[in-house]
Amino acid sequence: MFNADELEALRLSIVVATSSVLLTLPISVLMSWLLVRGRFPGRWLVDAAVHLPLVLPPVVVGYGLLLLLGIRGPVGHWLYLSTGIRLAFTTSGAIIATAVMTLPLMIRAVRLTLEGIDRGLEDAARTLGAAPIDRFFTITLPLMLPGIFAGAITAFAAGLGEFGAVITFASNIPGETRTLPLALYTALQSPTGDASSLRLAALSLGLGVMGLVAAEALSLGMRRRLGRG
Amino acid sequence: MLDIDLRVTRDSFQLDATLNIPTPSITALFGPSGAGKTTLAHAVAGLVPACGRITLDGVDLLDSKRGINVPVERRRIGCVFQDARLFPHLRVSENLLYGYRRHQGRAYATTEDVIGLLGLETLLDRRPHQLSGGERQRVALGRALLAQPRLLVLDEPLASIDRARRDEVLPYLEVLRDRYQIPMLYVSHQYDEVLRLAAQVALIDSGRILAFDTPAALSVSPELRSRVGSAGVGAVIETEVTARDSSTGLITVALGDHSLRLQGGGDVLGTRLRLHILASEVILATELPQGLSVRNAVAGILERLDDESNGLIVATIAVGNARLLARITRSAVDDLALTTGRQVWALVKAASLTLGVYRPL
Repeated sequence: MFNADELEALRLSIVVATSSVLLTLPISVLMSWLLVRGRFPGRWLVDAAVHLPLVLPPVVVGYGLLLLLGIRGPVGHWLYLSTGIRLAFTTSGAIIATAVMTLPLMIRAVRLTLEGIDRGLEDAARTLGAAPIDRFFTITLPLMLPGIFAGAITAFAAGLGEFGAVITFASNIPGETRTLPLALYTALQSPTGDASSLRLAALSLGLGVMGLVAAEALSLGMRRRLGRG
Repeated sequence: MLDIDLRVTRDSFQLDATLNIPTPSITALFGPSGAGKTTLAHAVAGLVPACGRITLDGVDLLDSKRGINVPVERRRIGCVFQDARLFPHLRVSENLLYGYRRHQGRAYATTEDVIGLLGLETLLDRRPHQLSGGERQRVALGRALLAQPRLLVLDEPLASIDRARRDEVLPYLEVLRDRYQIPMLYVSHQYDEVLRLAAQVALIDSGRILAFDTPAALSVSPELRSRVGSAGVGAVIETEVTARDSSTGLITVALGDHSLRLQGGGDVLGTRLRLHILASEVILATELPQGLSVRNAVAGILERLDDESNGLIVATIAVGNARLLARITRSAVDDLALTTGRQVWALVKAASLTLGVYRPL
């Protein structure tokens, strides 16, 4: 039904989207914490910076990553010299490009639940003898889970479809960085790619619908558990 | 002892409180909304930044001069909040164990004891949103207690529960007080709760302590009277049952060197009682009247007459060491030529006393 290249694109899309979610999860929790609870000068600047990928054309983000993390970029050069790792034009690069693009979505969702948490519950935990880190892992983080899940699923779905930043920073290498949207784009460019285009589009649609259903089921379960359903 | 000498400044609000509270006992922080009761209680727990000094049974919790400020999580002060603040993602049993698992040293309150005393056996597997208001507060009480606190702060724990359900919680507070001898700060603006539970009352308004005394002494002070609403004005008397007539159901209690007879339920001899004799239920006479249904006539000296805001007058009558309050009209004062220092008879209906009988001791 699907040829090997299409299945490879599907596999790669899932790998890239999953890895980028895993990468952004801790970052988004930390950033949300800083943005909601933090009191430091320049907070608005950080706030604006994490939202930048939302308003910039993805190609610009990809280009920015290339300038920074590319083999001749300051960070990329140093990374290559010290560890031999190349990010540009690799699967890792695709993951990073996707992570940067989806981070604002994740942070928005996580931040919203964090803002909704009753600080009184944390005070109650304090009176019961819980120190700050203990409190975070036993009260705050569990209460943030609905937002974290919602953010993760949105970011996963968005990550499956990330195109501009990936193709700019990681290029369109079969089996390495050619995810579903890139494969679809490639098929569209080919005079014989009509059937393949349709199949790839159907795959994307299927994945998207599955994501939506999973998200709905998860959030319903979580709301029930907390008695907000 | 719980020694408090602290200041809290928040926005336009200033709290200034000095209190030396004997422990263990229940101390009510009583006053109108916005008086600073909760702020004071939370400052003691460490939840509100304050400066000054707090010492609990010889342990310094706060001493701004010496730079001591024990963080909330190490103060060992349990809190029961008005909104319970149960952790919504944890079952009742996990809520109960949250502080228990974190306490250090020997546990004076065991899980079996607390669950049994508070009647929580059937609630353990539930989640907080499946509990009624009264059940929630009982769980919150158990959770705070299981953290083995040295002091319990109860911040209007009954305020969000309807009156009928309060009796689901109030008796448990008395049980805990008697069982564990734990000092409690009880924040309330409900006079009847205060009368029922407190050994001493701090009257708070506008961020200051106006009075600190026993309910009996405070009940006859003009400061308190203006803050309890005219329906609550009345003398509180600590007494004990000295006789019991099983055929009539009347018990006799001491009042100064007199005695009062009242409707007494099942009280046995020697039971200590706290009576709340409402000023509106006491009649004054200049001589001992004959042929009345009133069971109690006690002679006393008219000590003072205070104008109430509603045009009526509250008379304070000294009966030995005890005081009674009577609410009378201006014209009665004139007709009977009532002046302070003269002897009067205070008439109290036996039936009217049963409402205000508390067993706090």
